[in-house]
Amino acid sequence: MAADDVKPNEQIHPGKPVIVDRYTVGARINHWITAASLILLALSGLAMFHPSLFFLSRLFGGGQFTRFIHPWIGVVLFFSFLGLFLRFWKANLWRRGDGTWLARFRDVLANHEDNAPEVGKYNAGQKLVFWSMSVLIVILISSGLVAWDQYFSQYTTIDQKRVAILVHSIAAVAIIGVWIVHFYSAIWVRGTIPAMTRGRVTGGWAWRHHRKWLRELVAKSSKGAGPSGSKPAE
Amino acid sequence: MTNSWTDIRNTDLVVIMGGNAAEAHPCGFKWVTEAKANRGAKLIVIDPRFTRSASVADLYAPIRQGTDIAFLLGLINYCIQHDKVQWDYVKAFTNATYVVKEGFTYKDGLFSGYDEAKRDYDKSTWDYDIGPDGFAVVDETLQNPRCVWNLLKNHVSVYAPEMVERICGTPTDKFLKVAAMVAETSSPTKAMTSMYALGWTQHSKGSQNIRAMAMLQLVLGNIGIRGGGMNALRGHSNIQGLTDLGLMSNLLPGYLTLPTQKEPDLAKYMSTRGFKPLRPNQMSYWQNYKKFFVSFQKSMWGDAATPQNDFAYDYLPKLDVPGYDLLRAFELMHQGKINGYFCQGFNPLQAAPNKKKVIESFSKLKFLVIMDPLDTETARFWENHGPYNDVDPTKIQTEVYQLPSTCFAEDDGSLVNSGRWLQWHWAGGTPPGEAKRDTWIMAQLYLRLKALYAKEGGAFPDPIVKLNWPYADPGNPKAEELAQEINGRALARVTDTADPTKVLAEPGKLLPAFAALRDDGSTACGCWIYSGCFNENGNNMARRDTSDPDDAGFYSKWAFSWPANRRILYNRASADLTGKPWDPSRKVIAWDGQKWSGYDVPDIAPTAKPDQVGPFIMNPEGVSRFFTRGMMRDGPFPAHYEPFESPIVNPVAPKVRGNPAARVFEGDMAQFAEAASKEFPYAATSYRLTEHFHFWTKHVIVNAVMQPEFFVEISEQLAAERGITKGGWVRVWSKRGSVVAKAMVTKRIKPLICDGRTIHIVGIPLHWGFTGAAKKGFGPNMLTPFVGDANIETPEYKAFLVNIEPAPGPVA
Amino acid sequence: MFPPLPNPSTTETAPRLSEKDLIRRSASTVPAPEQRLTEVAKLIDVSKCIGCKACQTACIEWNDTHPEVGAFAGAFENPPDLTPDMFTLMRYSEWDNPETNELEWLIRKDGCMHCADPGCLKACPAPGAIVQYSNGIVDFVHENCIGCGYCIKGCPFNIPRISKVDHTAYKCTLCSDRVAVGQGPACAKACPTQAIVFGTKDEMKGWAAKRVEDLKSRGFLNAGLYDPPGVGGTHVMYVLHHADQPEIYSGLPKDPRISPLVEAWKGVTKYAGLTVLGVAAGVGLLHHLIMGPNRVSEADEEHAEELTEGDSHGRR
Repeated sequence: MAADDVKPNEQIHPGKPVIVDRYTVGARINHWITAASLILLALSGLAMFHPSLFFLSRLFGGGQFTRFIHPWIGVVLFFSFLGLFLRFWKANLWRRGDGTWLARFRDVLANHEDNAPEVGKYNAGQKLVFWSMSVLIVILISSGLVAWDQYFSQYTTIDQKRVAILVHSIAAVAIIGVWIVHFYSAIWVRGTIPAMTRGRVTGGWAWRHHRKWLRELVAKSSKGAGPSGSKPAE
Repeated sequence: MTNSWTDIRNTDLVVIMGGNAAEAHPCGFKWVTEAKANRGAKLIVIDPRFTRSASVADLYAPIRQGTDIAFLLGLINYCIQHDKVQWDYVKAFTNATYVVKEGFTYKDGLFSGYDEAKRDYDKSTWDYDIGPDGFAVVDETLQNPRCVWNLLKNHVSVYAPEMVERICGTPTDKFLKVAAMVAETSSPTKAMTSMYALGWTQHSKGSQNIRAMAMLQLVLGNIGIRGGGMNALRGHSNIQGLTDLGLMSNLLPGYLTLPTQKEPDLAKYMSTRGFKPLRPNQMSYWQNYKKFFVSFQKSMWGDAATPQNDFAYDYLPKLDVPGYDLLRAFELMHQGKINGYFCQGFNPLQAAPNKKKVIESFSKLKFLVIMDPLDTETARFWENHGPYNDVDPTKIQTEVYQLPSTCFAEDDGSLVNSGRWLQWHWAGGTPPGEAKRDTWIMAQLYLRLKALYAKEGGAFPDPIVKLNWPYADPGNPKAEELAQEINGRALARVTDTADPTKVLAEPGKLLPAFAALRDDGSTACGCWIYSGCFNENGNNMARRDTSDPDDAGFYSKWAFSWPANRRILYNRASADLTGKPWDPSRKVIAWDGQKWSGYDVPDIAPTAKPDQVGPFIMNPEGVSRFFTRGMMRDGPFPAHYEPFESPIVNPVAPKVRGNPAARVFEGDMAQFAEAASKEFPYAATSYRLTEHFHFWTKHVIVNAVMQPEFFVEISEQLAAERGITKGGWVRVWSKRGSVVAKAMVTKRIKPLICDGRTIHIVGIPLHWGFTGAAKKGFGPNMLTPFVGDANIETPEYKAFLVNIEPAPGPVA
Repeated sequence: MFPPLPNPSTTETAPRLSEKDLIRRSASTVPAPEQRLTEVAKLIDVSKCIGCKACQTACIEWNDTHPEVGAFAGAFENPPDLTPDMFTLMRYSEWDNPETNELEWLIRKDGCMHCADPGCLKACPAPGAIVQYSNGIVDFVHENCIGCGYCIKGCPFNIPRISKVDHTAYKCTLCSDRVAVGQGPACAKACPTQAIVFGTKDEMKGWAAKRVEDLKSRGFLNAGLYDPPGVGGTHVMYVLHHADQPEIYSGLPKDPRISPLVEAWKGVTKYAGLTVLGVAAGVGLLHHLIMGPNRVSEADEEHAEELTEGDSHGRR
């Protein structure tokens, strides 16, 4: 099981502080494409969702282009997220301990993370974000295709389109909500952002938040993995 | 029309049979809608198909195409059997009481005097008994077995409802419902109008179809009254004007007739056109024939027409055959006897029957001139358009000239509508490109011809060289000039015959009306029935006053209605023998003891006493005719004849094929499928759709969008029987040709049971061709037979036999 | 005959419809008009209609649209459906009346109904792309349209169509440009049988009542006016011989209303959604204010160093 959490190219670089590889360049590019798509989708989608937010369409050069580009960004998001999914789905499988962690979520929020069980590469909250995103993106892309009149209007009935657009908007609200959780967590938990910018975290960060993962990494390198100090590579 | 479009709103019952007014005359159909909405009028539609007219009808009855006479005589029989006859009208205003000569018979489908070899009748027995006083013998008691009424009663008795069902396929209960509604209008206070069109004319007995309904209307007393009449819905804008102006090979303007070879001089010509009254006191208005004729000759040849030269009688062509109708023209082309053809506003490649024969005929011409605003199929007959026009251009030597002409909206002039209204119109646009007005083209041709004849002489240049050509610009006559010429002018002072001090017109002035025409050469008039259209009061055709006293529906100050601005023909018949309207709420004119007056111009001398002078002033009898003497080629009564191509053998006359008096050219008979043919089991008919006008509007994108592609209509039952799917391709073929079309499978066509056989109907609309904006397609005239009506040769487009099968689409 | 409208004056007059006559504007609000115009309506009398398509051609000509020449598809409908270039369409239905055993050919002119409660306008996300005038006309304003197709989902009658050329939605305007100068719609002008008439909504209801009476006298006992209350009534109404079964007229909805799905989408979802997102962001902010950031401590780093160093010394 531990092997699922630790990727072969994740290395520990001893020093002060210890530096731990968390994401490869590929994963980071993949993430940022996904992130950008999601944000653009949220902005363009919200413009068409609520009149008070229609001004957001100006970011896209007006309503016509907003309407045109939104579904295409959706396609980008879908494939981009598919990449993330293939990379991370195993690490996000539900494990023993995740339930307990979740039960102690109140402690986590109150900065008493120590009261929760040690966490592997992802904690239960992150896993929930991951799976919510996965499910919601599938819902959004499929309902989005139904509502994409320019190319697909002839394949569904108007009633199906109505269901689709309602589902799409509810799912969109949900995914933006999930994104807020994700985004806030990344800000709140200091030291997280470098994971997605430089691919690395400090050992302290790993110790504090993903101790089990750190231990596994340490255990792996003790088995004589690659030389220390090597850069994370693709 | 005896009445006008607007008058239809005054009716109680509209019968649409032999037409499809809602579809082919949607604008005129508004008056049916008005009658229904405001008077509670009922609408009956009798048609092989459940048409757009049927969609708004109160009663629809199906009928097999080509059996209308059986249906109509069945109605007359019903009215007689149920005593639904307006007796006072019938006795006073029809020839019911006239006694017919001994020797007249009708047996086995043939009237007395038939000559099978000539396909013609010796009509000497088809006449009245003439008494020693020179007048026709009448029996006011209707007791004489040889009086017209008793002959009629006997003649129609075979058409009992069961026989109608057997011939027409109309279920007896439907027929009886129609009969009951129709018979109700025999009341003097009820009116029925008949609206018909090419569904009656385009048969080998087309004229008799119309006569049968006219006879029914006389039985019911519905002619001459508001909301009644025989209302022919003309198929083209201004086709009424075409016949009025005599554009038939045997006519002169105003229904005068062209002389024949047997009439070498005016005296001989007039000897058969005297129209001596057949009863005392009758007007027999055609007694004025010579005035109309001489005025026409003066209009044509002016000073060259003198009493000394019989008013240029010799200048007129003399017919050697009854007429050079469409079918004869193509027959003669086919024989190589006509080798040049002028085609002005006509597209015969699409419009004439048996397209194969038409192409062969055109291919034998030396030259063909097309005057048309559109690029017609006829102009392109020599071009290969794949299956739609499969010819080899290298084998066709005909030289074709296309002279682009204008559309009506690019020209001033008048159009005559079905209701005989001459309505002036003004150019709304300038002609595109090199298009020229027809009058300009004709004038230019004439001036060149005249110059050639003047220079080179020739066998007989006078009719051309001496033609009266009084236009300000000889190369471009104006519409007003032509209209004035048609109206007529005084050439000398014209005075009232009763009061010579009263001047009707000074020399050079426009004539007030045709009553001012004279037979001494002092008047000129291009078309006597139009006289009054453009007189010293101005252009009466351009009047646009919508006033209508008492909402009677006459609109007498709108445009000009021939004759004499009269809106209802025979309107004297709207009043009884004392001159009181049969129905006060339907007054047209009334007798006040001294004279006739009312909403309309009286169709009788204003002082003619009601109990003496009959209303049908154009007939020497003064009455209308059930028995039409020798005036029709195929019989004094209508009789049921099957179409030349018929799915059953004639049940009332099994030995007679088609109309026995209809002309059939040698070779064409062999191209008819036999009766009840197994090879061609389905009864086809052709028709228009409302989205298009003939072959014109397919050149207009919007109309092409509305109905883009050729199709045929069949019943669900026939589709199932032949494995044809909705919208799928089918091949339809007759003994003369084959077309490929898409299939409309519809509930609106249902199989009929005729003479014990199930008859399937195939409907073939006619609007497509190989030029224009719509999809290329075939037309019904690849399939139609080359035979026409016995009297006027209108081709039998409405009833023929075909076969049908699923097919791959055309390879174009 | 319904009295025809006189021809318009040739002198220039101020248009009778303008921004100040709006009572609804999509995705935005408008001030209540000072004076409301009289409500107008087009009445389509199905029992007088002969299916001639004059209305369709007049519509094409007036609106200067350019539909393509199509193909025969087995029926009289041409084009087969409404398109961005065909705002109105005759629909033909062959119906066997089970009571009389007679065939009836029911022909209905399809097109925008100009609902009092327009689903298209409710669904539209683009401010001012769909407007409703106080006379009842619902109009599309193409320069504001973004082509999203939400109006299609909002419409209970399946009317709007999106152009593949300029990607904006099209439908019958009730000839708002003609009505603005005192004329009726082009289709009504072209209709030869006055199956289409135009006037104030009250006049039309009165006219319809007479028609219904006539139809009842002809045995159509269920004749009636189609002015569906589910959408607040419409400004295009039908006289039907079988008003109890509007669906036999090529699927005219029996009780049309804005779909509850659309109501949910444009109602509760719209507001609840934004609330949820706002709350989520607010909770995060609040949490951060109260709890502060979750920082890695020196001790954490040391623990990590110990762990890795221990490891590098072969310790567990």
